[in-house]
Amino acid sequence: MLKTFPKGGIHPPENKITSSKEIKRMTVPKVVTVPIAQHIGIPAEIVVDRKDKVEIGQVIAKSGGFVSSNIHSPVAGTVTKIDQIIDTSGYKKQCIVIRTDAKNETNFEEKEYPLITEIQLEPKEIVQRISDYGVVGLGGATFPSHVKLNVKEGVELDYLLINGVECEPYLTADHRLMLEKTAEIIVGIKILMKALHISKAVIGIENNKKDAIKQFKELTKEESGIQVAALQVKYPQGGEKQLVRAILGREVPKNGLPLDVGVIVNNVGTVFAVYEAVQHNKPLMERVVTVTGKKMENPSNFWVKIGTPIKDLIAEVGGLPEGTRKLVNGGPMMGKAIKNTDVPVTKGTSGILVISEEEASRGKAENCIRCGECVTVCPMGLEPHLLMNLSEKGMYEKAAAEDIMTCIECGSCSYVCPSHRPLLDYIRFGKSIVKKLETSKN
Amino acid sequence: MTDSVLYSVLLLASLGIIAAVVLYVVSKKFYVYENPLIADVDEILPGANCAGCGSPGCKSFAEKLVGSEDISDLFCPVGGNDVMKEVAAILGKEVVERDPTVAVLRCQGGCDVRPKTTEYQGPRTCAISAMVYSGETDCQYGCLGDGDCVKVCKFDAMYMDEATGLPVIITDKCTSCGACVEECPRDIIEMRPRNKRDLKIFVGCLNEDKGGIAKKACDVACIGCSKCEDVCTKGAITMENNLAYIDADLCTLCRKCVEVCPTHSIIATNFPEKKPKKVVVKKIIEKAVEKVEAEKTEVEKVAVVKEATVAKVKQENTKTDA
Amino acid sequence: MSQPIIISASPHVHSAKTSKKVMYDVVIALIPAFLVSLYVFGISALILTAVAVASCLLFEYLIQKYLLKSEITIGDGSALITGILLAFNLPAGLPIWMILVGSLVAIGIGKMSFGGLGFNIFNPALVGRVFLLVSFPVQMTMWPTAVENNTSIADAVTGATPLGMIKEGLMFGDTMTNISANLPSNMEMFLGISGGSIGEMSALALLLGGIYLLARKVITWHIPVTILVTMAVMTGVFWVIDPESYASPLIHILSGGAILGAFYMATDMVTSPMTRKGMLIFAVGIAVITVVIRLFGAYPEGVSFAILIMNAFVPLINTYFKPRRFGSKIKSKIV
Repeated sequence: MLKTFPKGGIHPPENKITSSKEIKRMTVPKVVTVPIAQHIGIPAEIVVDRKDKVEIGQVIAKSGGFVSSNIHSPVAGTVTKIDQIIDTSGYKKQCIVIRTDAKNETNFEEKEYPLITEIQLEPKEIVQRISDYGVVGLGGATFPSHVKLNVKEGVELDYLLINGVECEPYLTADHRLMLEKTAEIIVGIKILMKALHISKAVIGIENNKKDAIKQFKELTKEESGIQVAALQVKYPQGGEKQLVRAILGREVPKNGLPLDVGVIVNNVGTVFAVYEAVQHNKPLMERVVTVTGKKMENPSNFWVKIGTPIKDLIAEVGGLPEGTRKLVNGGPMMGKAIKNTDVPVTKGTSGILVISEEEASRGKAENCIRCGECVTVCPMGLEPHLLMNLSEKGMYEKAAAEDIMTCIECGSCSYVCPSHRPLLDYIRFGKSIVKKLETSKN
Repeated sequence: MTDSVLYSVLLLASLGIIAAVVLYVVSKKFYVYENPLIADVDEILPGANCAGCGSPGCKSFAEKLVGSEDISDLFCPVGGNDVMKEVAAILGKEVVERDPTVAVLRCQGGCDVRPKTTEYQGPRTCAISAMVYSGETDCQYGCLGDGDCVKVCKFDAMYMDEATGLPVIITDKCTSCGACVEECPRDIIEMRPRNKRDLKIFVGCLNEDKGGIAKKACDVACIGCSKCEDVCTKGAITMENNLAYIDADLCTLCRKCVEVCPTHSIIATNFPEKKPKKVVVKKIIEKAVEKVEAEKTEVEKVAVVKEATVAKVKQENTKTDA
Repeated sequence: MSQPIIISASPHVHSAKTSKKVMYDVVIALIPAFLVSLYVFGISALILTAVAVASCLLFEYLIQKYLLKSEITIGDGSALITGILLAFNLPAGLPIWMILVGSLVAIGIGKMSFGGLGFNIFNPALVGRVFLLVSFPVQMTMWPTAVENNTSIADAVTGATPLGMIKEGLMFGDTMTNISANLPSNMEMFLGISGGSIGEMSALALLLGGIYLLARKVITWHIPVTILVTMAVMTGVFWVIDPESYASPLIHILSGGAILGAFYMATDMVTSPMTRKGMLIFAVGIAVITVVIRLFGAYPEGVSFAILIMNAFVPLINTYFKPRRFGSKIKSKIV
C-alpha cells in the first residue's frame, strides 16, 4: 500500500500529455519583461536605469528586505524601459524591460555544466549564496529560499522532504527535471542537508512517475540518508502539510509550519536551482515551463528565461489553437488565468495551460444541494459550503472561528461541487477580509 | 364544576402575582442607570444606523456625543448641520459647521467608451472580481460595474444604469454617509462639497496610465495632458501620476478646464448650458436638455449621459475628420 | 480570437458531476421498483406516478413563476424525484385529488416555503405523504392487494400490509405463529408480492437501484447500511427475547418502507447530514425511531415519521459533528 494523506483529496484526470517530452531550450526572446515582484514578500528594488547595458546574470533589482529576493537579468542587452506591465497577478506591476543584444554571444551559448558532487561551502555560505542568486521556491508559492533555510536557533529539525509530487494535472516540468537532472538534484539535496544540519531526507514522488522513482532509487542506493517515497496519486498531495502527513505521518498543527514538526519541505525545482547557484554560481534566471493544452499542436517542456513573454512561448509550440478561451499560468487547479499573452514568465511559472472553448466556461452556479462532497474532499477538514455562506453573508468572525484561515486554496471543493458553486472564490475573499481584520486588531 | 372554575382562576391569579413579583424584583435589582440625555439625542439623530459617523449605530453615536467633552470632531453626515446644531443645543456643547457633501462617481467608463477585452466568470461582486484581476476592460482603475456600492446604499440613492453599466448617484437622496466610498475596491467614489445649487466640477477618471495607454483603454480617460492645469488660474488642479485632480476648496467653478479637456473627462454638473461651438454637438445637447426637464429628479444621471454623448459626438467628429 | 479570453479564479477544471446528473441517477435507480409496481398494480400505478410527477412539476413551476417570481428550475430533476417518491409512498388507487393535495403540500410547504431546492429541512415527498396519512388515514391505508395482470384496480380486494397485519394481530392478543400463517413468505416480500405503497413492493428492485446509486457514488453506504443493520439488531433482540410477540428482523426489513426509506429518502442530500460521522448518528436515529414506532406506537409503519423527525435534527448534527480539522490533534497534544 502506497503512502498518502488520509483525509479528503480528489483525482482529477491527469492529462500529463508532455511527460515524455524532453526539456528543450527555448529560443532566446528578443525582449524580456522582468517583474520586480516575483516572490512572496517585499518587491525587489530596481538598481538599473533606462538605456543601461546589462550582462547576463547581472543583478537588476536588489532584495528589498529580509523576505525578498534578488532579481538577475536573464539576458545580456539594454534596458529599454521600466514600466507598469500586467503580470500574472492580473494587475499592472513594475517591470524592467530589456532588449536582448543579438550580437552578444553569452545570450546564445549553451554551456554544459559538469556535475560537481563535492560541496565546499560551509552552511552559512550556502545560505548566503542562495540568497545572492535569488533562489525562491519554484513549486508555485515563490517563498524566498534563504528565509526558509534561516532556521532559528533551538528549532529541532530531523527531516528534509523533497517535493517531487507534481499533483497538478497537465504539468510535467518537475517530472522531466527529475528524469534529466537526477544526479544534480541529489547533490542539491546534500547541499540543503549540509546547510540545515539534517541527516535524513526523503524525496516524495507520486506513483504516476514510476520512471523518476526508479531512477532516484537507483542513484540513492549508496546514500544512507536519502530515501525515496513512492506516493499514491492524489491531489493535493503537493501541499506542504499533506506531503508531511503522507510521508512521515506527522500532522503540522493548525496555523503552523512544517518546522513545528521538525520538517522542512523543498520542491525539486528549487533543489536544482540551489545546486546551480551553489556549485556553478548560476543565478536563478531560467526555469522549466510546461506549455500544454489538449488542443495544442506540439505541447512540450522548455527551459525558459525569466521574463519571456508568454506569446513567445506559445509561438514556440505552434501558436494558439483555434477556439482558445483561457490561458492559465500554472496548473488547472491552482493556476491563475492571465489577461493577455504579453504577461511574462516569472520564477513561479511552472506551466502555461491553454484551455479551449469547451472547458473554459464555468458552469452556472445553482443552489447548494447540501450533498457534502466539498466536506468530503477538503484535505484540511473544513466545511467549504459553510465558509462560503459565511463569507457571502459577511459573517467573517464566525468564518474565522470555523478555521477559514487554514484553507490551503487547493480548489478541491470547487472542483467537485455538483452545483458549480464558486466555493473557493468566496472562501478566498473571506480569508482576505479575516486577514485584514486580524492585522487591524494587532 | 364551580370548583374547577375557582381552581383555574386561583391558579392563574397566583401565577400572575408570582410573575409580577419576580419581574419587579429583577427590574429593580438589575437597573442600569442611563443618562436621559442619550435618549434625547438619539431621538434627534436620523435613526438610519448607517454608520456614516464612525459609530456602529445612532444609539452608540448618541452615547458618544453625550460622553465626550469635545464633540467638534463628531459629525452626523446624514442629519447634517441642522441635526448637529440641535444636538449641541441639548448638550450645551460646541459644534463646528461643515459644508454638506455628496458622493460623486469618478469614472465615466461605460460600456460604450471603455471596451471589454476579457470576460470575467465568477461571483459578480466588485470585491471578489477585484481580487481576481484588474477587470474586464484594460483600465485597472475604473469602475468594475458589479454594483457593490448600490447594494450597500441604505438610502436608495444609487442604481446601476443598464445602458452604461455604471452606478448612478441620485444626488437628492444621497446623505453622504460614506458607505459606498468605503465599499468600492477601486475607490472611485469621492465625497465632494455640494456647493450652491449642487454645482460640481471634478475629474471623472482615475486612470494613472500614460496618455496613450489610458486613451486606448477608455475614450473618456484622463490622459494627463495638463491642459486643465495650465488653464486654471486658481491653482486648484494638480497633476500626479498622469492624472489631474481638482481641489474642491480652491475651485471657483469657472469651467475653463471643462472646455479644454480633450477627452471630456472633467465633469461639470448642474450648470446652465453654454453655447457649444459645433452644430452637431449643439443639437445633441439640446436633446439632453429636454431630458433634463423631463427628469428633474435625476439630474445627475442625465449630466453623465450628456457628457458621454458629447464624447460620442466628438468621437464621430474625429472619425469624419479622419 | 473571436471571443474575449475568459478570466476566472482557480480551479479551472471541474469534475463531470453535476446536480442534474445526480438527480437523474436517482430517477434511473427508481426504474426497477417502478416496473415492479407496474407489474403488480398495473395501470393504477402508472396513473398515480404520472399524476404525482406532473403535479409536482406544475406546482413548482407555478410557485416559482407567480409567487416567488424567481428563476424557473423545474428542469433540475428535484421536483421530478419528489413526485416519484411521493407516488411510491402512496397506495395504488388513491383518488386523484388527494394525490394533487399531496403534491401541493410536498412542493409548496415541504420545499418552496423554505426557499426551494437546498433550503428545505424536511424531505418534501415525506412531508406530502405524512400530511395525507394524517389527514386521510382511511384512504391512505386502503391497500389494494396485488392481483396479477390486473389492469383496473376497481374490483381489487383491499387488504392490510404485512406490518399492519402483525400490528392488528398482536393488538388482539394473537401470537406471531398464528399471524405468520397469513403473512406472505419472506421470498414473496423480497420479490414484491405483498400489500403496501406502490414503491415499497419489491426489496429486490429497490436494492438493485440502491446498488446503482452506490456504484455511481450518488450515495455512500453510511446511511442505508446503518439504518438496516440497526433495525435488524434492535428487532432481533426483541425477537430473540419473545418470538411470539415480536416479528423477526427479516420481516421488519423486507416489509414496509424500510429499504425504500433507507436507500432513497434518508439519503436525500438536502435533508441528511454532511459528514460521515453525522450520517451514522442520523441513520441510527432513524432506525431506533422506526423500530419504536413499529413495535410500540399506534402506527404499523414508522419509517416516514422517523426520517422526518431525524431531518429536524440534521442542522444540529451538522453543528456538533464537524469533520476533524487538519492539525487540530497536534495542538491538543501540545496543550
